[in-house]
Amino acid sequence: MLNYINSLLAIPRGLLVTFKHLFKPAVTLRYPEVKEKLPERYRGLHYLARDENGDEKCVCCGLCALACPSGCIYMEPGENQRGERYARVYEINELRCIFCGYCEEACPVGAIFLGKEYEFSNDKREKFIYTKEELLVPLPGEKKV
Amino acid sequence: MLTVAIVALVKVIVVLVIFLLMIAYLTWWERKLLAHFQVRLGPMRVGPHGLLQPLADGLKLLFKEDITPAGSNRIIFTLAPIITFVPTFMVLAVIPFGKSITLFGKSIDLIISDFNMGILYIFAVVSLGVYGIVLAGWSSNNKYSLLGGLRSSAQMISYEVSLGLSVIGILMLSGSLSLVNIVNQQDSILNWYIFRQPLAFVIFLICALAEINRIPFDLPEADNELVAGYYTEYSSMKFAMFFLGEYGSMINASAIATTLFFGGWQGPWLPPVVWFLIKIGAFLSFFIWLRATLPRFRYDQLMRFGWGILLPLALLNIFITAIIMVW
Ligand code: SF4
Ligand code: SF4
Repeated sequence: MLNYINSLLAIPRGLLVTFKHLFKPAVTLRYPEVKEKLPERYRGLHYLARDENGDEKCVCCGLCALACPSGCIYMEPGENQRGERYARVYEINELRCIFCGYCEEACPVGAIFLGKEYEFSNDKREKFIYTKEELLVPLPGEKKV
Repeated sequence: MLTVAIVALVKVIVVLVIFLLMIAYLTWWERKLLAHFQVRLGPMRVGPHGLLQPLADGLKLLFKEDITPAGSNRIIFTLAPIITFVPTFMVLAVIPFGKSITLFGKSIDLIISDFNMGILYIFAVVSLGVYGIVLAGWSSNNKYSLLGGLRSSAQMISYEVSLGLSVIGILMLSGSLSLVNIVNQQDSILNWYIFRQPLAFVIFLICALAEINRIPFDLPEADNELVAGYYTEYSSMKFAMFFLGEYGSMINASAIATTLFFGGWQGPWLPPVVWFLIKIGAFLSFFIWLRATLPRFRYDQLMRFGWGILLPLALLNIFITAIIMVW
């Protein structure tokens, strides 16, 4: 009997709980207009850094590709005018990438970073293979590819 | 004669249009209110605060492909939504929504037909809707639909008796089956049948919830177990008919509860029609509130509850009413 009464009382109690929620401000974020504030260490789309002279930092050592658990980094080495080794081709398949950030950790020269960009949806799979030109931070005065 | 026909026609059209509009905006209100119960915003994009959402939804449904699954019984499959949909409109015929008004020197009753057996008519018509659900489940050639249909029939036999018995008390007190008389008797708030028949009201409300397949009695649909229950296979306009029927019967249940227990259109200051709509709105919001709160019954629980608790209570109510009347 007590059991019954208790379960009957649960209904008004539940109704009260939902009623209180009715007056709470909604947690919905109206996305394209309002955006979430990203945490400091958010891992989004990669970018390749440049040094103070505006040269590419990456020396094409391949450590990032080695560290990458999903095997989505591809590179081909080359030599620049000064005879230094650099990445002639550097591609990341962002569809396979799991945004673990190991590449950033592995890089001995601090050339690759995971940025805060997350709005890079596209309509073709091929477009998710980001080339070096797309990944490099643009030089001052240059437009982003 | 002709004027009578014209007046009737105009009334039917006006009521129908308002009813359809109410259904459309009930879907909006439900989504909105439910969203706020869950600390969300609900539809916001189509029009200010999503106010044009029902129109967009309607248009979308119209342009959807109408699919009849292979192996289904085509005739019954097509007929089922109609069977569910039409009775919801028929119920409106006997519900008084206002005092008579005088237009061009003629007094017009704000009811489509003051039928002297209104309640019986309502119960007869309303229970037809279940056949549509059962037939839809059976003819779809889909196990989820079939389970939904079966549950619906199990549900019907558990509440229908108590639903009928719950209003007997009112009939005994009012001595009339006409809804117009019943409303007229509830002329002051103390005469509202909710205060004279509280137990009957609770039973009626529970059974009405089961009748309109709302949570906690939405077993035939049970989205999370049965995909969408009896209308899993339906699309386009046939789906829309089920949808209209469902929300229509929600409005009907509110209207009947208002008429029987809350004095129908009676109320001070405001025009009667406004009172009627306010009361219906309160009921609808309450149904949505319940939906935001309660979990679903299991089907054996429902049957045990219907036969083991509701039916004895309904009988007890009649018994007590009779004793008080004779006293
Ligand atoms: S974030 Fe992880 S998965 Fe993505 S490229 Fe770097 S190492 Fe590979
Ligand atoms: S990004 Fe860093 S780890 Fe990767 S190849 Fe270039 S220098 Fe090596």
